Amino acid sequence: MRYSGFKVFTEGLTGNKGWKPVWRDPEPKSEYDIVLIGGGGHGLSTAYYLAKNHGLKNIAVLEKGYIGSGNIGRNTTIVRANYFLPGNSEFYSHSLKLWENLEAELNYNVMHSQRGLINLFHSDGQRDAFARRGNAMINQGDDAILLDREGVRQHLPYLDFDNIRFPVYGALFHPRGGTARHDAVAWGYARGADMRGVDLIQNCEVTGIDIEGGQVRGVRTSRGVIRAKKVAMVAAGRSGQVAAMAGMRLPIESHILQAFVTEGLKPVIHHVVSFGMGHFYISQSDKGGLVFGGDLDFYSSYAQRGNLPMKEHVMEAAMTLMPMIGKARVLRSWGGVMDMSPDGSPIIDKTHIDGLFVNCGWNYGGFKAVPASGWAYAHLIATGEPHETAKRYRLDRFRTGRGIMDEEGTGSQHNLH
Amino acid sequence: MRIAGKGLIDTSKTVSFSFDGRRIEGAEGDTVTSALLANDIRLVARSFKYHRPRGILTAGSEEPNALVTTGSGAGAEPNVRATMVEIHEGLEVKSQNRWPSLGFDVLSVNDLAAPFFGAGFYYKTFMWPGALWEKLYEPLIRRAAGLGALSGDNNEDRYERAYAFCDLLVIGAGPAGLMAALTAARAGADVILADEDSRMGGRLLAECEEIDGKPGHIWAAEAVAELAGMENVRLMPRTTVTGAYDQGTYGALERVGLHKAADGHLPRECFWRIVARRSILAAGALERPIAFPDNDRPGIMNAGAVRAYLNRWGVAAGKRVAVYGNNDGAHQTARDLMDAGVEVAAVIDSRKDASVALDAPVITGGRVIATSGRLGLEEITVATGSGQERLKVDCLAVSGGWNPTVHLACHMNGRPVWDEAIQSFVPKAGMIPGMEAAGAANGVFSTAGCLADGAKAGEAAAADLGKKASKTKMPKASDSAYRLEPLWVVEGKGRQWLDFQNDVTVKDVRLAAKENYRSVEHMKRYTTQGMAPDQGKNSNVGALAVLADATGRGIPETGTTTYRPPFVPVSIAAMGAGAQGKGFAPQRFTTSHAASVERGAPMIEAGMWYRPSYFPRPGEKTWRQACDREVTMVREAVGICDVSTLGKIDVQGPDAAAFLDFVYTNTMSTLPVGKVRYGLMLREDGHVMDDGTCARFGEGHFVITTTTAAAALVMRHLEFVAQGLRPDLDVQLVSVTEQWAQFGVVGPKSRDLLNDLLDAPISDETLPYMGHQAAQVMGVRGRLFRISFSGEHAYELAVPARFGEALYRVLVARAEMLGGGAYGMEALNVLRIEKGHITHAEIHGRTTAFDIGFDKMISRKKDCVGQKMAAREGMVEESREQLVGLKPVGAVKQLTAGAHIFVEDAQAKRENDQGYVTSVCYSPTVQSFLGLGFLKNGRARYGERVRLVDHLRGVEAVCEVVNPVFFDPEGGRLRG
Amino acid sequence: MRVVCPHCGERDRREFTYQGAAEILDRPAPEVENDAWADYLHLRENPAGETRDMWYHDPCGAWIVMHRDTVSHAVHGGELASEVRK
Repeated sequence: MRYSGFKVFTEGLTGNKGWKPVWRDPEPKSEYDIVLIGGGGHGLSTAYYLAKNHGLKNIAVLEKGYIGSGNIGRNTTIVRANYFLPGNSEFYSHSLKLWENLEAELNYNVMHSQRGLINLFHSDGQRDAFARRGNAMINQGDDAILLDREGVRQHLPYLDFDNIRFPVYGALFHPRGGTARHDAVAWGYARGADMRGVDLIQNCEVTGIDIEGGQVRGVRTSRGVIRAKKVAMVAAGRSGQVAAMAGMRLPIESHILQAFVTEGLKPVIHHVVSFGMGHFYISQSDKGGLVFGGDLDFYSSYAQRGNLPMKEHVMEAAMTLMPMIGKARVLRSWGGVMDMSPDGSPIIDKTHIDGLFVNCGWNYGGFKAVPASGWAYAHLIATGEPHETAKRYRLDRFRTGRGIMDEEGTGSQHNLH
Repeated sequence: MRIAGKGLIDTSKTVSFSFDGRRIEGAEGDTVTSALLANDIRLVARSFKYHRPRGILTAGSEEPNALVTTGSGAGAEPNVRATMVEIHEGLEVKSQNRWPSLGFDVLSVNDLAAPFFGAGFYYKTFMWPGALWEKLYEPLIRRAAGLGALSGDNNEDRYERAYAFCDLLVIGAGPAGLMAALTAARAGADVILADEDSRMGGRLLAECEEIDGKPGHIWAAEAVAELAGMENVRLMPRTTVTGAYDQGTYGALERVGLHKAADGHLPRECFWRIVARRSILAAGALERPIAFPDNDRPGIMNAGAVRAYLNRWGVAAGKRVAVYGNNDGAHQTARDLMDAGVEVAAVIDSRKDASVALDAPVITGGRVIATSGRLGLEEITVATGSGQERLKVDCLAVSGGWNPTVHLACHMNGRPVWDEAIQSFVPKAGMIPGMEAAGAANGVFSTAGCLADGAKAGEAAAADLGKKASKTKMPKASDSAYRLEPLWVVEGKGRQWLDFQNDVTVKDVRLAAKENYRSVEHMKRYTTQGMAPDQGKNSNVGALAVLADATGRGIPETGTTTYRPPFVPVSIAAMGAGAQGKGFAPQRFTTSHAASVERGAPMIEAGMWYRPSYFPRPGEKTWRQACDREVTMVREAVGICDVSTLGKIDVQGPDAAAFLDFVYTNTMSTLPVGKVRYGLMLREDGHVMDDGTCARFGEGHFVITTTTAAAALVMRHLEFVAQGLRPDLDVQLVSVTEQWAQFGVVGPKSRDLLNDLLDAPISDETLPYMGHQAAQVMGVRGRLFRISFSGEHAYELAVPARFGEALYRVLVARAEMLGGGAYGMEALNVLRIEKGHITHAEIHGRTTAFDIGFDKMISRKKDCVGQKMAAREGMVEESREQLVGLKPVGAVKQLTAGAHIFVEDAQAKRENDQGYVTSVCYSPTVQSFLGLGFLKNGRARYGERVRLVDHLRGVEAVCEVVNPVFFDPEGGRLRG
Repeated sequence: MRVVCPHCGERDRREFTYQGAAEILDRPAPEVENDAWADYLHLRENPAGETRDMWYHDPCGAWIVMHRDTVSHAVHGGELASEVRK
């Protein structure tokens, strides 16, 4: 069923009786060519592009909960391509291009809103680091503008320019950055994959990965054994547990990242804004809630919930940067489990087991990566060769020391990225 | 309508406030909603999506409809629950989300278009053409959405945060909470009793119930009085416990001054972090509506709220009221109203077999199938067993049963369990370590049951805490059974509203199920059910029931969505109190701060510290003029610079030398006493962590320095190595950064200056380059290091911090007499770039010793942190970006840090990227712009011309790649 | 969240700095080959459940091996790193 304004109109006139299920609910078959472990954003986009770009049909996505129950449904919805290290630059640039056509691609309104991302800086040193970043973005073919203090004031007149602890020196402005409706991304890809014959199997937990003679044979699940020629792990947040079923240890530590939303308010923040001195970023959803977040809680955790110290720290940053939002009330806070990698960059690679692939380590940047990650992972699974935009996301880079992509420069301690 | 003689407030004390500019008279103790109802005002708000007229549903913090803005200007608070606002003289209240007025709202046309605006419609449209999303569709949606508005002005009010500790936190001061607190407090436990109401007592204030033969509110007042008199009890009214966190930590929001006009002194709110060894959740229960057609009109209220307004505030919510329910509790509403002389048009009980002993028209097995009244309820249509009946009423009191307030118990991911008898969810034991639920929150609904359950929980908590509770005498109270028959949806023409706030209807939930958004989370996210300011407190259980029915599953099987903190919304200002303005982070000042400010130096942030940028002199118009002069002054005479912000760590112990060999790449054990050595530290991953100096004071005594930025990080790292990796080494570390004020005395005349001040003069023989010694300066014992960051003949003189300011003033005065003076960070930066010295602009966490040309500093004769990983093949490849100097070829306007480097005629794109510029300056010494940067295989490319491209600033420059040491590469001046 | 310091007792989480898994204490000898070294530094068991990890108590300077649960957030207690390694 094709969605359109006309369809919404005619359905409205006829009592909305004609809407069809957005995806099927199939029983798992006993064998597939490809099984994807994880029905989050990355798994669903991978399934979609396996079908769409590579014409593959016999694919299952196994999801232990409901589709989109991981971090695709609990993030701060930011989409940007403002990386500066080779590897990340081309990958996120590709992702942003896919985002820009995603509604048409999926025939599903993911509300990708290119309202502009403004990263503030608060010292000459930060300015120069942002300049390096911005120039890298332009070298990549993306957009960036360096704003001075007055330039920031024109865009964000509501910041506390006079009394803030760390004065605003300027900002790196990324006009094509923005937000999207997170759940819609999962649903749009799920619907697209389903329409192309992919079996989306919910409430199906993988409990084991069968390997014979160094070759993957299939998976064991809460709904029975499923044989597969290729098995692709794409379960950020639980990557370690899934990989352990294949006897692998990953360079991943799981951490909590909290996020917050206020009650609905009339439009007041029109960009995505990030503070350079206090791990705070904010945007306003189309429903009116201020959506914001900060840093990790910093201790490893799988709890999908955080504690007060980081909540309070985030509110402190809000109060020093933009005290005009003080009277907004936080309605809900939640936590997502992040796959933190040793350089803050992800992994899309084969494993030492034939037919077993790994996609993990998205840190807190997985949402904006969903289109390109699926695209590249599908390419790797289908062809056996890494995609041009993701060939640096190698699992062995920590052993070789070659191509480490540490954008934060904080080193191999997982929680510092 | 106020009923004379009813209620617990003194109606003779009038208080007036304004609602949408209209003056309203209420009484002391009124909330905005009780006062509005007393003035027969039912229309209070407009809904979120369809701008439907909405009134007052509840009398508590769960209110979904009556959200208002209080105050004005910077003091305006949007989205305040009018039910929770205590009126005070002069209070301004405004309705929200309407234009031009509450009674006539243009966007209510949305309601007419509702067939096209069903659940998730926006996912299916607004896609074409793509460019219109940001330009047209989204701005329209954004403008229509949202509720109240922020003022746009900076917060000017006071907020606070506070901490409390107790044995037992009792959440809720109804019958269960009061009994629990009394029982545990009498046993000697330290108790905090928190209740979100201004007055403690819970439902006892809202009901006509007797306890021990006296009115319930009197019993409550006596219990509160007893608790107030106990030293081990802290009563916290107006305090909502908002979240349950790990290890018995609870967040709580106290409305300290919101019930008064802001006076600038009393905080508006205080956010508490309460640590409790045990807690009792006695938060009561929330009544739930019934989803019948057009059930959202102003005047349709929860039955319990109608009783609360009547019994507590003496207000009848209508002149002619009908009561509609599925349980015995609803009957009490009719009884109370009739006792107060209010006309009850009908009692409609959905249960066919209900026995209703009331002197009012009773319709058993009845269903409300329609309502009418544009801005408020005027008429209802009831389907009876025999037909339909229309009733003119202005208030319909509805009860679909009660949901225990389980929210806090679920904040650690635990799921409540379905209780068939009460048709709702109840907490299960152990969901929050240390927490027990009691009373209505635990699914116990009679007053006697609540009292007993509270006492039991209080006793158990006391016993857990090692206190013996004496036998509690149970007060006598009613123990009527709670009987209900589930009633979720009433079919009929018209929309049955579930989530009033987000305008979600039964049809929306059914559509979600039909479209296969069958998981409860999918349904929630697709329809926005439960995502409004009440977070589904009024509607989630009902919506679940609809979904369960639509998908052919039971309610428990369907499951709940996740309960997340906070229980009620918390203002950012309260939770972030203290951080506004400068309070966000500590401010650290050097001892020379005042002297620098006196000299007009702009003070800039350096981490937590403030340091002088430059010292302007008369006639200097730009920072560059001052900076150039300061650099020249240092190169030709002597300059003074406060370097106290560098981290200083005192390392002592028999194994101090071995320890330093392990944390530095180079060898410190061979350093003679009285000497200083430059040291490089790596992270274990082989990248450079920090650099600094290491001075040896004795066999087992060193003082090392770190960069300003990395002081705390290095200290923590060294402790980690000492305790975690090398506990075999006997070494002790202490940070002495703040104990010593340290000043650079830099330039060819530095020794002359010092020798005028030192009690014992120095010479090249007594203090050669990279030497240090104890020094007596004007009678003060200090330390003198001959080290240099500028490449000049230079010293650093350290004295105990209390002498810092005096010494700095003397040094600057002496320097000025010698043709020098103070210099700031700008000049410091130029001086170090001229010498090719690195800072964190170069050692930014991604560079290796190899990259900065220091790989020979990694001693192979010993193990050290980072040595192994620095030797990985990818870490020492020639193709890596290596530190180089960049010197313009020909005239350039400027160089910029952050520019990228390309082969001279290559296109500036990623594929051609050769490196980047980290630091730049204009060097008055070399009379040229200079740059430091990283270039692929850079050390092999000296002499090559490259192009620096800074798209952002529009700067391009051709530079020659050179050795990064631009000035005095032989180092003659250091030793001179 | 409250965390236990063997010196100072139960303290607020804000007083601590977290580092990562206690596996980091098993530092290989210098002669161990590079790959094993890289694995030591980067790969993690990352258990969902009981774990031991490194916490620094900033006020007293103690590095602590904490015994904790990554799912329930229970903190069972901690030992000084210097004692664990002895």
